[in-house]
Amino acid sequence: MSQAKLEDAPFIVGTHTFRSRLFVGTGKYASNEQMKAALDLSGTDCVTVAVRRANLEGAGESLVDHIDRSRFTILPNTAGCFDVESAVRTARLARELLGTNLIKLEVLGDPKTLLPEPLATLEATRELARDGFEVLVYTSDDPRLGVALAEAGAVAVMPAGSPIGSGQGVLNPNAIRILMELVEVPVIVDAGVGTASDVVLAMELGVEGVLLNTGIASAKDPLRMARAMRAASEAGRDAFLAGRIPKKLYANASSPWEGTFVPRPE
Amino acid sequence: MSRAERAEGGPSVIALTVNGQRREFAAGTTVSALLQQLGLTSERVAVERNQALVPRAQHAATALEQDDVVEVVTLVGGG
Repeated sequence: MSQAKLEDAPFIVGTHTFRSRLFVGTGKYASNEQMKAALDLSGTDCVTVAVRRANLEGAGESLVDHIDRSRFTILPNTAGCFDVESAVRTARLARELLGTNLIKLEVLGDPKTLLPEPLATLEATRELARDGFEVLVYTSDDPRLGVALAEAGAVAVMPAGSPIGSGQGVLNPNAIRILMELVEVPVIVDAGVGTASDVVLAMELGVEGVLLNTGIASAKDPLRMARAMRAASEAGRDAFLAGRIPKKLYANASSPWEGTFVPRPE
Repeated sequence: MSRAERAEGGPSVIALTVNGQRREFAAGTTVSALLQQLGLTSERVAVERNQALVPRAQHAATALEQDDVVEVVTLVGGG
């Protein structure tokens, strides 16, 4: 079979098209060099960044100096925002910094659980979409909330597999499957991915992509984990597209019974 | 403080809160001048004045006033 026949549909979010189905965060790396190497090995072409106060003591360098913008689309986030106004302010600052209308919207409920605050997230989505942003919205795995966010103008709905940085994987795959049935926009699992099998399981559900940061950056060997995550996203996607066999209680012989020449019990 | 007040001999120094720090600057300091004094390049930062974005194109024309709260932000690693 030719390689061409195994190609996948492009991964389109809003007005952007990506090759890789992994979005990778740039936080928590030991150094910029390690971050760059991990991004490279992950195969990603979309990386997330955060907006924070500039250091007033000495110019310092910008993170963006270490990210090749001809290669990576930069997706700024509103991490650390706990209300609509803060998230909208942060999104506007990010747009000014990067000249991009992409925003990963996070409006969180509290600093301990980092769970998304549903009502504020919905209101902020509406406001930012009206302001011309392409909103990729971090949300819980509640399917009806996902529908409301898509209707409010989100270009992608990004349910948490489990709490941010918790490494618990996708806790409620059924909710994510239902969400995928209910919304037209891409569904991207964002948060909670601990290891490669979590990515595989998410992609096998049929989600369009996975966003992760801590799973790579805080692994003992981030570079090796970056490579594992790349393989996992590709394996999971291929398995989804290929269509798995149904699970059955009894065995189903791979070799034919016909032509066997030895005794067989009842 | 308005230009008129300055012309009438108002204070020559204004206090601003920049990134949470109270600092004094010359009256009439613009956003561009502020960034220059802080050693920051305007292409690498974004500026808010009293919680409203000041677009880069308006940095030179935006004079800061007494007690303005200014945020100067940049990009850092994050998920």
